[in-house]
Amino acid sequence: MFDITGYYEAHSLANVFELLKEQPTARIVAGGTDVLVKSRARVTGFVETPLIGISRVAEMKGVIMADDGTINIGALTTFDEIEHNKIINQNMPLLSQAVSLVGGPQTRRMGTIGGNVCNAGPAADSAPALFTYNAVCEICSATTTREVPITEFYIGVGKVKLQPGEVLVKFKITKQNYQGYQGYYIKFAQRAALDIANLSCAALVKVTENKIQDLRICFGAAAATPIRMPAAEAYGLGKEVSNDTLTTIGDYCLQDTKTIADWRASKEYRDHLVTVLPVRALALALKDGE
Amino acid sequence: MGTNEVVGHSEQRWDAIAKVKGQAQFTGDFPFKNLLYGKILRSTIAHGRVESYDISEAEKVPGVVKILLPEDLPQNKYSTAGHPWTLIPEKQDIRDRTILTRDVRVYGDDIGAVIAKSELAAIKALEKIKVTYKEYPVYITPQQAMADDARRIHEERDNVLASSKVGFGDVDKSMAEADYIIRENLSTSVQQHVHMENQIAVAYQDADQRWTCVSSTQIPHICRRIIAQAVGVSWSKIRVKKPFIGGGFGNKQDAVVEPLVVAMSMACNGQPVQLALTREESIAYTRTRHAIDYNFAIGVKKDGTITAIDCDVISNQGGYASHGHAIGGKGGTFINAIYKMDSLRYTAKTVYTNIATAGAMRAYGMPQVVFALETVMDDAADKIGMDPIDFRMMNRRPDGFYNAMSNVKQINFKVGECLEKGRKEFEWDKKMAASKQYKTGVKRRGLGVAAFSFGTAVYPFGLEVAGARLILMPDGCFKLMLGSTEIGQGADTALSQMAAEAIGVPFKNIIRDSFTDTDIDPYDTGAYASRQSYVTGFAVKEAAEKIKAKILTRAAKMYDVRTEYIDIIDGNIIYMPDGERLATLEDIAMSSYFDMKDGKTITAYSSVNIHQTTYASGCTLAEVEVDMETGRVKLLSIMNVHDSGKIINPLIANGQVEGGMAMSIGYGLSEGIRYSKEGRPLNNNLLDYKLPTTMDLPKLEHAFVETDDPLGPFGNKSLGENPTVSPAPAIRNAVKNAIGIGINTLPLSPENVYEHIQAQQKGDVQNV
Repeated sequence: MFDITGYYEAHSLANVFELLKEQPTARIVAGGTDVLVKSRARVTGFVETPLIGISRVAEMKGVIMADDGTINIGALTTFDEIEHNKIINQNMPLLSQAVSLVGGPQTRRMGTIGGNVCNAGPAADSAPALFTYNAVCEICSATTTREVPITEFYIGVGKVKLQPGEVLVKFKITKQNYQGYQGYYIKFAQRAALDIANLSCAALVKVTENKIQDLRICFGAAAATPIRMPAAEAYGLGKEVSNDTLTTIGDYCLQDTKTIADWRASKEYRDHLVTVLPVRALALALKDGE
Repeated sequence: MGTNEVVGHSEQRWDAIAKVKGQAQFTGDFPFKNLLYGKILRSTIAHGRVESYDISEAEKVPGVVKILLPEDLPQNKYSTAGHPWTLIPEKQDIRDRTILTRDVRVYGDDIGAVIAKSELAAIKALEKIKVTYKEYPVYITPQQAMADDARRIHEERDNVLASSKVGFGDVDKSMAEADYIIRENLSTSVQQHVHMENQIAVAYQDADQRWTCVSSTQIPHICRRIIAQAVGVSWSKIRVKKPFIGGGFGNKQDAVVEPLVVAMSMACNGQPVQLALTREESIAYTRTRHAIDYNFAIGVKKDGTITAIDCDVISNQGGYASHGHAIGGKGGTFINAIYKMDSLRYTAKTVYTNIATAGAMRAYGMPQVVFALETVMDDAADKIGMDPIDFRMMNRRPDGFYNAMSNVKQINFKVGECLEKGRKEFEWDKKMAASKQYKTGVKRRGLGVAAFSFGTAVYPFGLEVAGARLILMPDGCFKLMLGSTEIGQGADTALSQMAAEAIGVPFKNIIRDSFTDTDIDPYDTGAYASRQSYVTGFAVKEAAEKIKAKILTRAAKMYDVRTEYIDIIDGNIIYMPDGERLATLEDIAMSSYFDMKDGKTITAYSSVNIHQTTYASGCTLAEVEVDMETGRVKLLSIMNVHDSGKIINPLIANGQVEGGMAMSIGYGLSEGIRYSKEGRPLNNNLLDYKLPTTMDLPKLEHAFVETDDPLGPFGNKSLGENPTVSPAPAIRNAVKNAIGIGINTLPLSPENVYEHIQAQQKGDVQNV
């Protein structure tokens, strides 16, 4: 049972800001795969409130490669579009692989990458990949535009650095952040579909002559926000690829994860998986998947 | 058998097109003028008493019509369990609840209700009701509830609400004769039905001033009785109508919402009120499969002979008795049904606790006891170094065994044939040899098997009655009226095939109805115990034979031939000596309606009381791969083999088998309601309750050992529940075969398996 007091549909980005001004208490809704779930669950802030629909705002949609090779992903691009987009498939396959694992087909057709990030769930499937690609968020208000690296965008569970009146418009990934990398994403969940990760791990690595030139690892659901692994990444730099190296990288991850114990899993089990998943993700990344 | 051969064919289910086109009307689809919406005020503690309610703010919510407290509604004690009524007082279900209560026994107990003009208004009002409680200690496990100082959950009854002991022989002596005694503790999880359509009912006062309840129930006639007892009116004052149903799996064999919704309408001068549970309510606050703890021992000789089985059962009932001890107390008969032994002891206790009330769920206690039996059987085979299929084969009961515990002669009992067929078709030996390559390293493979026996309907433990009515229509079609319940399983289609077969007409000549209506349809107790194709099958057969005799008598008169020379074949009246068609059925029907002199419509009615049963059986074979680092079990292949007599409709039977296998795979690997120590359910939603998706399931292979059961109405015996019995233990045994560790707690989730691997690596003793 939804408790929505009105619905206003924006037809352009400028119109979004106008509507936000007229309806300061409104929630922005794109695919609705989080907002409507929260509304039904009567989560504070999602009941007795109007919605501003942005699904038809053309400026926030689609994937474009700029002349300098920077890939721009509109916040309203759906998981399904990203999974099948040529630019993403060719240059950022880790991201298309990750979003192909979101929920089920219906959710992937409706849900958007911007919504996935702004909802700020610790287990969001698109986030670890965006973290490893060093994506930058472009945030607009009626009068301003600013850029925030995604690694600095999260504040906590359900919280990102958006001010009232601001909208996340797109992600930008520069060429040097995707070119020459290999990646793999492991979603550790109880089911093969329609599930949320108990722990997830994106690994992105650049290897030449069997030496790790660059290494980026990001976990989902290992802390209140998606989290990169600076200790493991620093350790791995310059190392020869070997089973020992990968295993040690896995162990180093425990220095940065902040897992908890709850009814879904013990801390011991989660920490054990923290050491296992990056090893597997890196091995699979270097094999170009299974 | 007739000559039409409608039975045994994959006729398209009669409601398939309606369901695909969206024409099938479910309870929530019917429009009612001035419909009101009810919502239940649920306790936020699991054990205690409501000291006060403050409804002043809630009453101000626009649209609120009424707020009901326990004392506003009838105080009759009743049971929600959908058993046939019995005239023997001591066999009646325990009546331990009122429609609403101040005494809280489970988290989410029904402590009040709101009726409003919209569902949203009712929800908003609920949020504004303030409740203060006196809290009591919460008992999650039977062990806690049985402690010396434990408080009674129901004042009038001990927390051990029933206990029983059955068996034969001298178990201690037989155990002493064994070379090995394998004794293990096992525990099963709280599984939930998660039927697609949540509980929903609408009640109103009809023109004749009686009360109609439209409900998604498996048991319309029993439901009428329970409503009448709960609200305190005579039984005929209640009329229950069941439209299309989106599944039940036993959960709708309890009258969970119907008494309250009728009481709500009574409180509103008969205005229609709808009570529709949410998914979260349906998972947490309706019924579950009993979690059962077993201490299970098998005495076995080195040559494979079983000397004794000793089983002690503690069944977690939750807050209310519901089906009670009928589940925990059930297993002994079916252990005796499947394996030979010198002595058997089966002791069982059913214990109130403060978790959700357990009730009927598909296969009614059998998945639990077969998990225990087949686990320990498998470990016994390992102990003596015998192939697990050979061990079961040598110990199986032979066809024709007389089971003294149930007074049933097990005619046509084919568990051995199932095991043999399974071994061959699953390619057990080949897969077993191949799995030997995967006994080291991260990914390890193994195979497992489990067998079972299964009853058909509930005789001799309970009443088995059913009825059917057939009306010959002017065009030679027949209206088939049944009190049995189509709940998605395909019963109406199978029963229509039986009618067509017995009369001698094509399947399309039988017309069914989506509704079962207690005012109109014959008395039948409903959908449970895999009974309808058997018990209602007899009723259909009898009605069909009666109407056929009437048609032939009329035709004989019309065409001046002796009745024994004519028959109905494919809808025609055939003169058998030379095969001449004398008339179409339509000719006879038209004459029966419109002949000036002899017009007299043709109908037939049957009412049967079936004093027999027939035991079915079957087995599951499973192949798994276990990830030693994460504990994840991947099911590589699985096959069920069923001895269920004649298969009435292969397509529908396949659906039943595949659905049952999926349900048991979930039971084995991922499902279970979890509770906080305060008794609050933690995962009552479709994200956190891990029902497997199609992507989690391998191909659900299955085979039948098909026979014409001499005691079945059409050679058939039970099938609906059977597929849910043996997959979970087969998976458990396959995991053991893969990793060398027997895991006796369900489900075998990754963390559970990982912890067992860790415990073994640290040298902890397993299975104690």
